[in-house]
Amino acid sequence: MAVDSVAAVKSAKSYVAAPRRGPVTRVLENERWFAFLLLLPTAVLLGLFMAYPFIEGVLLALSDAKVGVPGSFVGLQNFAALLNDSIFRVAVWNTIVYTAVTTVFKLALGLWLALLLNQHFRGKALTRAFVLLPFIIPTVLSTFAWKWMFDPTFSVINWTLFHLGIIRTRINWLSDPGLALVSVIIVNIWRGVPFYAISLLAGLQTINPELAEAAAIDGARTWQRFRYITWPLLLPVTMVVVLFSVIQTFADFQLVYILTGGGPANATQLFATYAYQIGVGTGLLGQGAAISLAMFPVLLAVVVVQLLYIRRVEIH
Amino acid sequence: MVRISRRKLLKLSGGGAVAARAGGIASILALKQAPAYAQGTTIHWLRWNDFVPASDEVLRNVVAPECTKALGIKLNIEMINGNDIQARTTSAIQSGTGPDVICALNNWPQLYPESVVDVSDVAEEIGKAQGGFYVESRVVANDGKKWIAVPWCVLGAQLAYRKSWFAEVGYDAPKFPQTWEEYREAGKKLKAKSRPLGQAVSHSFGDPPTYAYPYLWSWGGKEVEADGKTVVLNSKATVDSVDFAVGFWKDAYDDGGLAWDDSSNNRAFLAGTISCTLNGASIYLEAKRKPEVYLTETGTPLWQDILHAPLPKGVAGQFGYHLPMSNMLMKYVKDQKAGKEFLRWITSKPVYQAWFDSQQGYSVGATTTWEQDKLWEKDPVMLPFRTAARAGRFPGYAGPADRHAAEVLSKYIIVDMTAKAIQGMPAQDAVKWAHEEVAGIHGA
Repeated sequence: MAVDSVAAVKSAKSYVAAPRRGPVTRVLENERWFAFLLLLPTAVLLGLFMAYPFIEGVLLALSDAKVGVPGSFVGLQNFAALLNDSIFRVAVWNTIVYTAVTTVFKLALGLWLALLLNQHFRGKALTRAFVLLPFIIPTVLSTFAWKWMFDPTFSVINWTLFHLGIIRTRINWLSDPGLALVSVIIVNIWRGVPFYAISLLAGLQTINPELAEAAAIDGARTWQRFRYITWPLLLPVTMVVVLFSVIQTFADFQLVYILTGGGPANATQLFATYAYQIGVGTGLLGQGAAISLAMFPVLLAVVVVQLLYIRRVEIH
Repeated sequence: MVRISRRKLLKLSGGGAVAARAGGIASILALKQAPAYAQGTTIHWLRWNDFVPASDEVLRNVVAPECTKALGIKLNIEMINGNDIQARTTSAIQSGTGPDVICALNNWPQLYPESVVDVSDVAEEIGKAQGGFYVESRVVANDGKKWIAVPWCVLGAQLAYRKSWFAEVGYDAPKFPQTWEEYREAGKKLKAKSRPLGQAVSHSFGDPPTYAYPYLWSWGGKEVEADGKTVVLNSKATVDSVDFAVGFWKDAYDDGGLAWDDSSNNRAFLAGTISCTLNGASIYLEAKRKPEVYLTETGTPLWQDILHAPLPKGVAGQFGYHLPMSNMLMKYVKDQKAGKEFLRWITSKPVYQAWFDSQQGYSVGATTTWEQDKLWEKDPVMLPFRTAARAGRFPGYAGPADRHAAEVLSKYIIVDMTAKAIQGMPAQDAVKWAHEEVAGIHGA
């Protein structure tokens, strides 16, 4: 007992004799503070470039601000005005159709392309690089090229169809309201498919080929292997890709702005193009911000539903 | 292309200054010495890319160096697409930094009255010295109390048409359809020969509104009464105009116009796919600039087969809407005195003359004095532009060209009223829709 006490005293003395820790060291040794410090740069960046503009946007939407005039708080007046705005209603419908149709096609074509690119064939690397081209080229440039192809007078598509004997009169791609929406949808699909294809290809390559081989030995056919092995394993990646794509498509601007400017007669007007028209074209910043913000609840719902679904898939 | 040497501009500037001898720019020019306060100052002037490229060259290569010599101000001119100027203006005002002077189109100055400098002294001086401003220039650059921009020019809009093709349907030059009915009949015959009329009825700032508004006025339709509040768009006159436009479109116009931008009709005309279109003189000037490129079907230079005429008359008269441009001096500019001196200098007759000459009639100036210029003696084909701005009205008529008018314009409501009817909506419904939209804007 006495020996133990002596030893304890000795060790205590030697502990006391150790150099004293500074406040910084003490903070860093505290796990909570250390984690906070590690997260701080990210939090600052997110706060500065995401939270602050978002809050500013919300405040703007609740004001009657105009360009050069700060404006005063008007509550939900801007949103109430949107309910009676026929062009806004058209923009909402167009945006939903635009996003839904393009997402379905981009997913189907992207998946198909990813499955093809996952095969072994000569020139695979080069093909993969080419597939990415629509995604790499700046959207403004590629859309100008499409505008030329859809030009009412000089359309190369019409020229080709006419000389192949498929059409007898020209197709007014951008001047017919229905076709104009179809045209912007086509361009969006063209631009978006590579993103799906490459992302899904990356997902496909993480799937162990032995699973498919084992299923093949057990007699599973190609479709069955895809349906019961590939697709379930690819689903989490697919959901993330769809999530990003929906957000981007819903807020699409430059493609429509260049191709049609929202016309003819608002037939291709989207949330973003209308927000720009009101906020910048007319200088009504408050109303423009309200139109932009009207997208938020829809996007939030999409994000929440998809993230919950991804979580469920991952747990299972 | 008009070539103006620096020596010539200097001569013109000096001559004008000595003649004027009225202080301001005149004294600066007479002294040929920069004022002390402006030494080392830089002015950043934002403008559109001109449809007459020679004018941009004159500004960069002749006017900018002369500005340094005359005022001691280094002039940086930035030229961008006309459709992008508003985005730049908005960001500049909101951030409090950007171009010192912005050349605005239409009535954009009315959207930013709180963000621009009162330039009444400069505008009054220029107007007084140059025979007064056109009504269109005044209503867009003056808010009723003060000048919020210095008018720069008016771009005349006239119908450019193929002389030989119209002769084939009974209109030997200078005879041209005088009424909408005559114009429709001629267009019907031309379309039957695959030579339709061409017109943008789409979302673009220039051609679509410069056609849609005067067309409406010529039928007696208007957005509001003179009080600027009572919306009267839904009238028999408007319904009649839209009704006629639908049949007119099917009979005579190129269907593609619903998707055209401001350059589409230029391309279509120069390619020989349309016979007539409302435009500035840029089609003719471009064809004249490249006579070996733009040819008729018989191989002769196209420019020799182009003439100009005003829009036809309606029951209420004959009108035009000619795109006005004006220079806004931004309030965030620290050296506003130098900015005003620059505006006074650039809009003064001797300096402006160099730019005006390079325009070859595409721009008719903002003041009436330019109607007397010798330029108009050079080319009779350009003569219809000379006095075009006199018949000009501005969107918002009969009310003021204020923010509400700008909103109706920027939402393309008057243009879309016709476009919707062309696409199949009954004329009454299209007019009713437009009326409600306009009423909503004026009631807000």
